[in-house]
Amino acid sequence: MEDQYDNDNKQDLRLSMNQPSKPSRAELAQRFRQFIDPQAVIEDSETQKPYECDGLSMYCEMPMLVVLPSTVEQVQRVMQLCHQYQLPVVARGAGTGLCAGSMPHPDGVVLSLAKLTEIIDIDPLARTARLQPGVRNLAISEAAAVHGLYYGPDPSSQIACTIGGNVAENSGGVHCLKYGLTVHNILKVEMITAEGERVVIGSDGLDSCGIDLLALITGSEGLLGVVTEITVKLLPSPEQARVVMAAFDSVQQAADAVGDIISHGIIPAGLEMMDSYAIKAAEDFAQAGYPKDAQALLLCEVDGTMEEVHEHIALVERLFKQFGATSTRTSQNEAERALLWKGRKNAFPAVGRISPDYYCMDGTIPRSQLAHVLSEMQRLSDHYQLRVANVFHAGDGNLHPLILFDANVAGEFEKTEEFGGKILELCVEVGGCITGEHGVGIEKIRQMPVQFNQQELLQFNAIKHAFDPHERLNPGKGIPLLKRCQEYRALDDSSLKTNEKGAI
Amino acid sequence: MSDLKIQLRDQVLNAVSQGQQLNIIGGDSKSFMGRAANGEPLRVSGHQGIISYQPVELVLTARAGTPLHEIEAALAEHDQMLAFEPPKFGRDFASGVDTQCVSNSTLGGTLATNQSGPARPWCGSVRDHVLGLGLINGRGEKLNFGGQVMKNVAGYDVSRLQAGAMGTLGLITEISLKVMPKPAVTQTLIEPMTVDHAITVMNQYSAQSKPLSGACWYGGSLYLRLSGAGSAVQATVKQWTARSDAELMDPQSAERFWCQLRDQTLPFFGTNSIDAVSTVAADSAALESATAYQRALWRFSVKPTADQPEAINGDWLIDWGGAQRWLRTISAAQRSMAEMETMAVAMAGQVSLYRGGDRSDEVMHRQTSALQAIQQRLKRSLDPSLVFNLGRLYRWM
Repeated sequence: MEDQYDNDNKQDLRLSMNQPSKPSRAELAQRFRQFIDPQAVIEDSETQKPYECDGLSMYCEMPMLVVLPSTVEQVQRVMQLCHQYQLPVVARGAGTGLCAGSMPHPDGVVLSLAKLTEIIDIDPLARTARLQPGVRNLAISEAAAVHGLYYGPDPSSQIACTIGGNVAENSGGVHCLKYGLTVHNILKVEMITAEGERVVIGSDGLDSCGIDLLALITGSEGLLGVVTEITVKLLPSPEQARVVMAAFDSVQQAADAVGDIISHGIIPAGLEMMDSYAIKAAEDFAQAGYPKDAQALLLCEVDGTMEEVHEHIALVERLFKQFGATSTRTSQNEAERALLWKGRKNAFPAVGRISPDYYCMDGTIPRSQLAHVLSEMQRLSDHYQLRVANVFHAGDGNLHPLILFDANVAGEFEKTEEFGGKILELCVEVGGCITGEHGVGIEKIRQMPVQFNQQELLQFNAIKHAFDPHERLNPGKGIPLLKRCQEYRALDDSSLKTNEKGAI
Repeated sequence: MSDLKIQLRDQVLNAVSQGQQLNIIGGDSKSFMGRAANGEPLRVSGHQGIISYQPVELVLTARAGTPLHEIEAALAEHDQMLAFEPPKFGRDFASGVDTQCVSNSTLGGTLATNQSGPARPWCGSVRDHVLGLGLINGRGEKLNFGGQVMKNVAGYDVSRLQAGAMGTLGLITEISLKVMPKPAVTQTLIEPMTVDHAITVMNQYSAQSKPLSGACWYGGSLYLRLSGAGSAVQATVKQWTARSDAELMDPQSAERFWCQLRDQTLPFFGTNSIDAVSTVAADSAALESATAYQRALWRFSVKPTADQPEAINGDWLIDWGGAQRWLRTISAAQRSMAEMETMAVAMAGQVSLYRGGDRSDEVMHRQTSALQAIQQRLKRSLDPSLVFNLGRLYRWM
């Protein structure tokens, strides 16, 4: 690995003549150990191994170094050193991402924020929390619960994922139709720039003067800076939440029912759909009481004051029946609500039980296109001879097809990726997008030219350069490099190798 | 209903080739905002019309020059609304309930200036409701960002980046927005109260899971608006009136109050006098002596719980549950931006000189040198020839 770092590569070509010569990996580790706990500077490949990938383990790479600073000052010094030596930096939270967004760069430093786990302050009257980036998403709501408050966005990885990672990916969750994404729920971030400068973006007010950099930073996948503190908004915990489960004989009927609920002026707190594959897998796993013969299942949660929930639940039940629900069930208490959600929340691992491997996609479509998209997907499924289960954030049109495959069968993952790529292209074709909440990372970088034209990609590159002119922050992720845009368009889907280096 | 995108693009390209600067004008209802405009007018109001509206999808797409009232009328047919309650300004604007007024305010201008009304803390801002947009950048390229779906994290969020940029990052041509159902019932409570007490009460109520959609202190009274399911609104009114001196307002007066607050036509804002003098000021040599010229309206965007500053020679109006505070001073000339910035920082927020005063000087809270440099580079990345609204946001932008 030593020679991998010492070898001149294209990164070096970008260095100006007055840059200091690059130290060896051992020398650099020594520099970091001058201000970071020596144990938290990881050189050996065995200890580095857990950092080789994120939640999308098909893409992996070993870094030059992993560092785990424990203060913001240390993070800043890491960034300054990396700037000095023009090293690629890949920031990382809990590594639960699903797009290879935090896969290491072979010549770079993995900057783990996992030790910055302090909840700095909760202000119950102002309803805000100041957090270090390594605070887990669920830990925010747990800490705020004593004040009758919680943090809105709840990605399904919330038990493990960190708020810093949520900012990088603009994470959503099952409640975002009503409560918004990360971008709607943060007020302020402190960020270290590519040059190692500390800046504060946003304020404790609801908006700030100047350009809205907070919107730009949120969801920028670690390409524009490293966030070291986040102030989030907290919401009052609803007095009550209840869920209605409804089974349907067709996906179209279920989709129509969703549209009708919204037409009646109800914005449910959560509105989830599963197709028959997902229903069976989830029921076998969770025994939540889902009817296994249903073609589509809806879970509709309503929250708010006691009176509002009472009024809206009655309306939702009535509308589901009008739209031909074959059965409905409404939670009568918290335990029953948890049970009805249990199947949905465990749908991914449940599907994992019926297949050696699965690949989770993340397109968003206009809801009206659901039936068309699912039938096209079935056609592709037949073509590729790969099964697909569908879990759908029906309220906001975010589709998670799970392609079932066996990585031990030669060529099956490549076939799966190609199938996945076709699904994303289908989403764009019907007016949707290639990623609703998982991010682009490396995984979807080949689909970026499907959603954006060359000029738009060039504009993204220009924005990147305004923050990071030497392309050192999470290089090769999120936005295809401009000089290769045309190549991406021409790329055969199967030509990308899973272990290819960062700048694909 | 017309698509002028090609012509607009040509005008941009022409300006770039001639080395001209452009001053983007929509309905021309917000020319009082920001620093004084420079450059050749680039008129967008002809580029108007709703392109698509899918009530069931909760998504509307319209050209930037579309008047807000046209969009709101289309939404009302389906019992939907723009939940961020955009203010509707207009030169011929007669004060009154909004359905009676004719405003020139456009969707594009609303986003460019990031204007949202009283519901903003609970329902989000115009920035929060943007899903995607079309933009002509300073290279004359017609670009699209975001989309027409609720969730989209592909690429940088260039759409929300336009909120409050005052047109400095390009010409917005189309906007896709999330729209929301209208609440079934709305009621307003009013209670006489001191400002300090009102700020505490607003925040206490905001921390409860109740259908609050407006909280304003004005003229010695706290106004609380509740919107949502009928049963929830009625029950909350009952609970809150039982333990306070709050009284229910009659619906017409209440609606009038919130519209006037939103559109800044309450007497507090003194809009007419400030603007009238601005017009006079343009060609009056005796500028400094005009009494009304010295009126100024400052906007503080602050932490909602922040203590009110010590007595200052001016009137306050507190909106957004404490997070947006308006100060009307009689003598802007004696109130420096620096003094106001110090006050805003003490309230954990920022200040802008919203109306009146000297528009040739800085009118927005100053940026740190690091953020200034980033914003300048960002502007160059979208507008390399510096053709759009140069100096409108800051002297250096």
